[in-house]
Amino acid sequence: MDNNKNWIDQRFPLTKVWNEHLAEYYTPRNFNFWYFFGSLAMLVLVMQIVTGIFLTMHFKPDAANAFASVEYIMRDVDWGWLIRYLHSTGASAFFIVIYLHMYRGLLYGSYKSPRELIWILGIILYIALMAEAFMGYVLPWGQMSYWGAQVIISLFGSVPFIGPDLLVWILGDYAVGDPALNRFFSLHVIALPLILVVLVFLHIVALHTVGSNNPDGVEIKKNKDKNGIPKDGIPFHPYYSVKDIVGVVVFLMLFSAVVFFAPALNGYFLEHANFIEANPLKTPDRIAPLWYLTPFYSVLRAIPPMFGSQFPGVVGMFAALLILLALPWLDRSKVKSIRYRSYPYKIALGVFVLSFVILGWLGMEKVTPVNSILARVFTVTYFGFFILMPWFTSIGKTKQVPERVTE
Amino acid sequence: MSEQVIDLKKRRFLTNATSVVGAVGVGFVLVPFLSSWMPSARAKAAGAPIDVNITKLEPGQLVRVLWRKKPVWIFRRDAQALANLKTLDGDLADPNSTGNSKTNQPTYITENHRAIKAEIAVIVGICTHLGCSPTYRPELGAADLGGDSWKGGFYCPCHGSKFDLAGRVYSGVPAPTNLVIPPYHFVSDSLIQIGVDPTTSAS
Repeated sequence: MDNNKNWIDQRFPLTKVWNEHLAEYYTPRNFNFWYFFGSLAMLVLVMQIVTGIFLTMHFKPDAANAFASVEYIMRDVDWGWLIRYLHSTGASAFFIVIYLHMYRGLLYGSYKSPRELIWILGIILYIALMAEAFMGYVLPWGQMSYWGAQVIISLFGSVPFIGPDLLVWILGDYAVGDPALNRFFSLHVIALPLILVVLVFLHIVALHTVGSNNPDGVEIKKNKDKNGIPKDGIPFHPYYSVKDIVGVVVFLMLFSAVVFFAPALNGYFLEHANFIEANPLKTPDRIAPLWYLTPFYSVLRAIPPMFGSQFPGVVGMFAALLILLALPWLDRSKVKSIRYRSYPYKIALGVFVLSFVILGWLGMEKVTPVNSILARVFTVTYFGFFILMPWFTSIGKTKQVPERVTE
Repeated sequence: MSEQVIDLKKRRFLTNATSVVGAVGVGFVLVPFLSSWMPSARAKAAGAPIDVNITKLEPGQLVRVLWRKKPVWIFRRDAQALANLKTLDGDLADPNSTGNSKTNQPTYITENHRAIKAEIAVIVGICTHLGCSPTYRPELGAADLGGDSWKGGFYCPCHGSKFDLAGRVYSGVPAPTNLVIPPYHFVSDSLIQIGVDPTTSAS
């Protein structure tokens, strides 16, 4: 056994990688509930790739056959229904996990120096994941697939000057149809998954270079014993690998409950109108993207057209996403963790989370005068969180951060 | 030439020159891949004009046909509906289609009712906001669309844009311009061809 290991180690840094990233990767000992979601996101990514490979074996990326081939998977392929529901529920689960993972970053200041790059890579991952999910939702070619694609792609048509040509280029036709479905299939099953996997790799490499943050926001590398091991660190494996398995078990219990008992989750994970085949002549009475995109959709709807163009709304929507990239530089606070932050920050974070959730809810509702006003108010508070951040993170009294992590 | 001198300046120049030539090469190689996303010859050929027979179209009735994969509405407006159109100017963003909506209709459509024959409307049923197909709501005074002030028209379920029975956009809604009028002409009193302008002699 040892001989084999030596043989490999002379040719590939197996032991070195194992030690650097698992057995001797020292992780703060005070991780709490919020630290499950990174590994859960990896689990869901693997699950999506595996179920996706099997769905691809039966799916037909053709406007004439796509809807029927999904129904074929659901009814005629042995266990096809399970693989399909694992994949469709997995998409929503992915975003639940990712949103909790990102909220953890906000709570404990995990985006702050020296972890800015981890945050930036994470945001790019998040945007790539949205593109992946959107294109995946187009593939079953139901009413929501079709009209969702129509609305989202029309966004590009509003770009000044080049918009109409850009639209035709993206669609490969003059309207949403077979060419769009076909190319979205290609992007969904190969291009974006490759990008996602590479980004996850970079995200983790960056994390392991600087080390994990923790609920106290204390840099454990500042306190090392005589062997150079952080006093508050424990090896990732076996301590956190075992702990994460507990998280996996609880996650899979909840996940299975949805897959087996409510795979459409009353229209939240699979919209009712998507069980009707795409019809270019009729838009469904209610149209909304899936829940994980609705906060940004609300921002889009909240901004009225200006100068005879809806482009400002589109800019607003993308700005709402891209402004997340600036977070590490907007936060001027000296402390990382919410445990030691000042009151102004705690209040602002609360307002931000509330704005995000309400915008998400409004994005699923019909447009009414009251809803429009609400969407505008919460769009302002959403952006306000970022724009006012340099101010509210530099006022108020922060608590003393301890030298070592607390229990 | 007995001793070798490393000329760093020359080396940097050669590195830069090679990089630039390489980048140009990459640019050329990108062209076929990016161009492959343009509509194929088959997609371009599928945009042929279509004929629609309107003999059986009752007043108020609307038919939807597909032209270039887009829904086109053809509906008959009665005298009352046409009279109502004139009362709406104040509520509309561009009632005369001379502003931002100018390019959304062929030049031979000049009247405010936006049709070759006033009673027959032909409109591309795609909202100018984000491409949904608005719902036909001809009933007068619909409670959910503003009650008594609603004179019939179209309502977009996606983002709440409203249009009148000539496809003119109301002000204060997300859609920036009036609905698009496609090129069309009357082959005979009962037959419309969509996708072809009237010949100068016919108009």
